[in-house]
Amino acid sequence: MTAMNRRLFPVLAGLAAFFFVTAPIVIIRAPYESTMGLVQKIFYFHFPAWMAMFLAVFVLGIASVQYLFRGKPAADRLAVAAAELAVVFGLMGLITGPLWGIKAWGVWWQWDARLTMAVILELILVAYLLLRQYGGAGSERLAAGVGIFAMANVPFLYVSTEIWRTVHPRTSVVPTLPVDFGLPLWWSFAGFIVLCMALLAARARLEEQRAALDRLYLALEED
Amino acid sequence: MGILRLRGASRRAASRWGVPRVVALGLVVGVAAGVTVLEAAQPPTTAAQDGFVPMGDVPPEEQMPAAPLVAAAYAVVWAIAVGYLWTIWQRMGTVEADLADVTRRIEDRDEA
Amino acid sequence: MREFLRVAWLVFRKDLRVESRSRELLFTTVFFAISCVLVFSFGFVRAGRAVEGAAAGILWIAIAFSGTLALGRAFERERYHDALRGLLLAPVARPAIYVGKLAGLLLLLAVVEAIVTVMVAFLFEAPLFRHPVRLFALLSLGTLGFAGVGTLFSAMLVRARSRAVLLPVLLYPVTIPVLIMGVSGTAVLIDPEPNLAMARLWIGLLFFFDTVFLTLALWTFEPVMTE
Repeated sequence: MTAMNRRLFPVLAGLAAFFFVTAPIVIIRAPYESTMGLVQKIFYFHFPAWMAMFLAVFVLGIASVQYLFRGKPAADRLAVAAAELAVVFGLMGLITGPLWGIKAWGVWWQWDARLTMAVILELILVAYLLLRQYGGAGSERLAAGVGIFAMANVPFLYVSTEIWRTVHPRTSVVPTLPVDFGLPLWWSFAGFIVLCMALLAARARLEEQRAALDRLYLALEED
Repeated sequence: MGILRLRGASRRAASRWGVPRVVALGLVVGVAAGVTVLEAAQPPTTAAQDGFVPMGDVPPEEQMPAAPLVAAAYAVVWAIAVGYLWTIWQRMGTVEADLADVTRRIEDRDEA
Repeated sequence: MREFLRVAWLVFRKDLRVESRSRELLFTTVFFAISCVLVFSFGFVRAGRAVEGAAAGILWIAIAFSGTLALGRAFERERYHDALRGLLLAPVARPAIYVGKLAGLLLLLAVVEAIVTVMVAFLFEAPLFRHPVRLFALLSLGTLGFAGVGTLFSAMLVRARSRAVLLPVLLYPVTIPVLIMGVSGTAVLIDPEPNLAMARLWIGLLFFFDTVFLTLALWTFEPVMTE
């Protein structure tokens, strides 16, 4: 795992950098959407940011289940990394959303089902990190429980615009996109997913180093 | 030994009760109830909510200054990504310095 | 299943007996709930008239606050003399212990809600009892969801550092959906022209969330409580 992380990170980081540098060019060449015009182009960063967050939350949830039921320490380290990343990508989504909304809806923020659920998920993840930071010894198990609750929220968030029609565009729009809109979207989508994986590898590596440090401290104190 | 036996008994009691099966059943019931309830009382959707409508041409006065917003959104994403990478870098530096320090202390002690 | 219910009943009866000797949890929680509603009424009743539309929110905030207080103390007695470990070592299904604990909390919160609802109806001139069955459904489902998650978190945090702060920090984000549904449903009921279809929608949604939260809590209780 450790060695793999070390080799994986440069590759993923390079790929992410490639996608991110080229994405603006691809996006500029995309046509304008009919009702929103230029501001709709925020979508090409907004949607992938949330998808990267969902990926991180799923990693968090699955790693939490692994840790809780199988007791694998590596899964726990992955879970912390994923939780932190979910907060980071969620922050991107929460900031790009209002920048789009002020133009498209005329308001920065609206408490509709989708936006409310998004804030709630972000809050749960911040609470998860607070628990890990200040919960003291043994808080890993408790945090894993919270991680599973966080993952349970994602399906609700995803379908919140499908079953509860609100001002927010529906998620089912995405597969119907014409090629001109689809290409730049999947381009930056790939960029965000690769970026998420690269940061995940780096953050998990940090956690591994910390675990190694703890072991060394214990060895130093023992005799 | 006594504790071990008790733990085993507790495990068996739990599995006899069949927690995963109850979880699955509960989820199915809950989802079914939720979907049925939500089908009611929904406003109709507009074309822009259901699909993506490409634009022909838009009169210039309709084009609000969106460029700063788009630029701001992109800048924020970049800033957050780079900033986060930087914090990982910083933390990694601290941990690795500590690692080197402890390793040296262990080696010193082993030599002594 | 019968064994499961018997264990849950035994845990519930143990808590009830301990509580009936001291009445500590009952008196402190009820007093806190009453002072909570009074504080709100000082803030939101101006010149003899209640601020419009505040009653539903105040009812649920009072329930959530006093519920948090009760949840924080729920496992306090088990902390001494390693009583929790003893309870967990018993050769019974661990989720049954959770259910027993939850039942005790639900009973306590039912008492609190009976008092708080009457107070809010009285102080804020809210027609809360116009649809008693629907209000009862909202309150019981909302409390079940809130206390269901809360009992799990409170049990988890027994061994954690700074648990007094961490309980609300964890509990509120996870249970906000339940509180939103409770407030929205109650607001619909006390509206001058109540939209009963909407009330039914909120009740159904609460049921949905309760099912998911409770199954998750039952599922994770055992591994989370294992040291």
